[in-house]
Amino acid sequence: MNLQMFLQNLANGVSLGTLYALIACGYTMVYGILRLINFAHGEIFMLGAYFIYYNILLFALPWWLAFLIAVGATGLVGVAVDWIAYKPLRDAPRISALISAIGVSFFVQNLGLVVFGGRPKPFPVPAFFSQMVNVGGVRIMSLTFFIPILAIVLFLILSFLIYRTKPGLAMRAISKDIETARLMAVDINKTIAFTFAIGSILAAAGGAMWAMRYPQINPMMGTMPGLKAFIAAVLGGIGSIPGAMLGGLLIGLLEIMFVAFLPALSGYRDALSFIVLILILLVRPSGFLGEKGEEKV
Amino acid sequence: MGRRKKRLITLAGLALLILVIWWAQANLNSYTLRILNLAAINIICAMSLNLLFGFTGQFSLGHAGFMAVGAYVTGLLILPEAAKANIFILDPLTWPFTVLSAPFLVALLAGGAVAALIAVVIGFPVLRLRGDYLGIATLGFAEIVRVLANNLTTVTNGALGLKDIPPISNLWWTVGGAVIAYAVIKRIITSSYGRAFMAIRENEVAAEAMGVSLVYYKTLSFAVSAFFAGVGGGLMASLLTTINPRTFVFMLTFNILIMVVVGGLGSLTGSIVAGLILTVIMEALRPLESPMVIFGRYIPGIPGMRMVIFAIILLIAILFLKQGIFGQRELDLDAMAGLYRKARARLASGQKESGV
Amino acid sequence: MRARIGLAIVLVLLVSQFALAVEPIRVGVYEPMTGNMAAGGQMTVEGINLAHELYPEVLGRPIQLFLVDNRSDQVESANAVARLIEHDKVSAIIGTYGSSNAIAGSDVAERHGIPVLATSATNPMVTQGKDYSFRTCFIDPFQGEVMANYTYNHLGLTKAALMVDVAADYSVGLANFFVATFEELGGEIVSQMRYQTGDQEFTAQLTEIIARGAEVLFIPGYFGDAALIARQLRDLGSDIQILGGDALDAPELMTIGGDAVEGLSISSFFSVEAPQTEETRIFAEAFQAKYGQLPNAMAALGYDSYMIIRDAIERAGSNDPQAIRDALAATKDFPAVTGNTTLNEHGDAVKDAVILQVQNGEFRYLTTVPAK
Repeated sequence: MNLQMFLQNLANGVSLGTLYALIACGYTMVYGILRLINFAHGEIFMLGAYFIYYNILLFALPWWLAFLIAVGATGLVGVAVDWIAYKPLRDAPRISALISAIGVSFFVQNLGLVVFGGRPKPFPVPAFFSQMVNVGGVRIMSLTFFIPILAIVLFLILSFLIYRTKPGLAMRAISKDIETARLMAVDINKTIAFTFAIGSILAAAGGAMWAMRYPQINPMMGTMPGLKAFIAAVLGGIGSIPGAMLGGLLIGLLEIMFVAFLPALSGYRDALSFIVLILILLVRPSGFLGEKGEEKV
Repeated sequence: MGRRKKRLITLAGLALLILVIWWAQANLNSYTLRILNLAAINIICAMSLNLLFGFTGQFSLGHAGFMAVGAYVTGLLILPEAAKANIFILDPLTWPFTVLSAPFLVALLAGGAVAALIAVVIGFPVLRLRGDYLGIATLGFAEIVRVLANNLTTVTNGALGLKDIPPISNLWWTVGGAVIAYAVIKRIITSSYGRAFMAIRENEVAAEAMGVSLVYYKTLSFAVSAFFAGVGGGLMASLLTTINPRTFVFMLTFNILIMVVVGGLGSLTGSIVAGLILTVIMEALRPLESPMVIFGRYIPGIPGMRMVIFAIILLIAILFLKQGIFGQRELDLDAMAGLYRKARARLASGQKESGV
Repeated sequence: MRARIGLAIVLVLLVSQFALAVEPIRVGVYEPMTGNMAAGGQMTVEGINLAHELYPEVLGRPIQLFLVDNRSDQVESANAVARLIEHDKVSAIIGTYGSSNAIAGSDVAERHGIPVLATSATNPMVTQGKDYSFRTCFIDPFQGEVMANYTYNHLGLTKAALMVDVAADYSVGLANFFVATFEELGGEIVSQMRYQTGDQEFTAQLTEIIARGAEVLFIPGYFGDAALIARQLRDLGSDIQILGGDALDAPELMTIGGDAVEGLSISSFFSVEAPQTEETRIFAEAFQAKYGQLPNAMAALGYDSYMIIRDAIERAGSNDPQAIRDALAATKDFPAVTGNTTLNEHGDAVKDAVILQVQNGEFRYLTTVPAK
């Protein structure tokens, strides 16, 4: 492999990694606060992409407006999902909420198949994002430069929300100890709903970016990226937003570099992230940047 | 209830079950039989996952992987040699598998044994993980199995899968398997092993402090669970007569997990009831997708509606039965005797009050 | 009370209708309407429904279709066929998209002696060793050969690379047959890259393919994936020829692929521009009128499957499954949308392949490759 090829692969890996990172952030936020693997995250991601598609197709909205409306609408969906499927289970065993998440995922995916149809749809990509930029022989889609920017902007906003605002304080309190938080007059339900809204907004933003990079949307599109992003979140240390970004970047780079260096094994690529995950977990059971917490006695 | 009386009732129950199977095999149509077979296989898998998750508290999402292992081992062992030559149209089957063959019972046990062996090998390191981390690691294991099945074409035939597997599975095998699985798992959880499992579930640290070897018992539970998942997979291979890696996507694990949770974590009879109900519901909802006439208005069928409604039913079940149908209770002989006594007592006191 | 009278009237009306109507002929359809092959299944059913609308009767009796979903899953496929046979009492079955589903379903039908006609299951294993299994499509060995020949002899390209979906039986099979013929002709396979259903990121594989100096990329995959592969290949600056199989024949290839799929050629079953039969034109017009978009190969095969079953029932003169099976086996030169169709001794359709090329965002007819 020559240097240029390596750089090309590096660019592709970063591009994929930032996408994973973006989706992983939403996963990790919800998990960090609720200790709930939100299996429906991938479906929210899919909804975000479809909302943009229909906003543009049916209402002929300009791209940015379609994006904002879709992201907002998806946030509302997130709150609704929490209200219907998770809120009644706050005091139930954790596994119930997990099954409920699987149920929501089934529901949204199959409703998508009925309402949107199973055929993939072409996602409109503004020319502005789809141009190829040539950097010293390495070709990079202009979108690739925007994804990290979006990720960093979202990261800054999130950090501000979590560490500098009252709802953020409440979120942190809940993630530490939900009972004590309740005693301290934190409105648990409102805070959790708020968390879901943000998580879903992140998923929708991720969905939009993903759909522009891979402009083919279908009701099943959330499954694989959702799973990979979840791995990324666990790898980085679930609950930690910098960890999710790191994990996403790592998984993206690994997937590309694996095929680049071992092309004969390209069929095994989808096993790679799991193997890495298992190995890392064995060495660092709470991921790279996760809080080391012994199980409570 | 006395021990002898219990044994008598159990024997009577088994005899009744044998009669029912005998009648069903002779009188029910193949569609109904297929669904019942499937339900029995699901029940085997659900009970085995319950042993690991419900009784030992180890959250595993790897069941589809173990089922795949069992299905492929059983399938390869019972495939006639001629069929093996026919179906590996792209890459030929590698040597030991071309000649290895075994009767169905041995093949099933082998499938279970290989699955259990793999469980021991991966369980040893992986079972150190806890909670969700264990779940995601075992999910990873199942996905790795699927990727291997797709790529190791000289053993699995890749995406083409195996076909023409002899259709030996019937209610005798599947329900028989479920009964044996129930008896074995029940025996384990009521023994000292079971108490160790439950101690681990309730509190790992305390269990370890009391001298329960976490590694040993967790691995044991994992292996037994994998064994029955493998047997379930083997039964499924023969029921379907064809398998391919796509059959063992993580959706399959979710289906089994749903049965366990809806039935009640830590309740074997719960798994049985939920396995039966959920398998039957999936089929019973089919009319939703066919066109119907309601109040004289023609409504064309909406394909896909069944899964939407199934998801809604699932959500309702989980929202309203937070501990599952049975919680941790069992509907076994003791429970039924208790119910009977209570009912009789109520009846008796009712009679007294009315002065009869 | 009034409600009850109303109900009684409705019931009487219903009953009288049933009594008056001729007993319909029951035909089952099982296709993946949900799950990850839903796209293919839904397109196929569009074609079946269209044919049913245009030709709702046979032998003076209405044909009643029973559609069941197989969820893109083998377990459900077997259940679906068992249900069609035992519950819906069908005489013949159409389906399904996806060879693995077809293998699971046709095994059940075989044991009940009900003929089943697969729509677009191109893997040789589907009809292998089965007496009651037939299919409307040609099989992968033929298609692989057609494309290898086209690449080597017609285009004169000798260095080929492939992008194979290892999780899709169709893709693995077609790739293999392409490679076999291509190498036999003297061509060189410079790279065979793999991915799995659900992947959307192909740049690493494509970078490798470009580095190997491939002159042509053969994609034996589905249109959604192929459109993305083409885009990413072009994005990486390569302008090599791209080729594919029948599963690329859908308008979405162009709407998703855009400029990247210009010049891409595929083998398929029919072209509106060079209609092999009168039915091709009828189908294309009716499809556009009903669904408002260009027809695709899956819909055409669904349409044809219905027509071939209907023809077999007509020739059988009854709805007896055995008679239908025998009539199906004797299908010869049936004028289908996808060309004159003959079912050979294995139950596989023998029909011409056409080569299509994307020009200005549309499939244009290039040439016809006669059946063997």
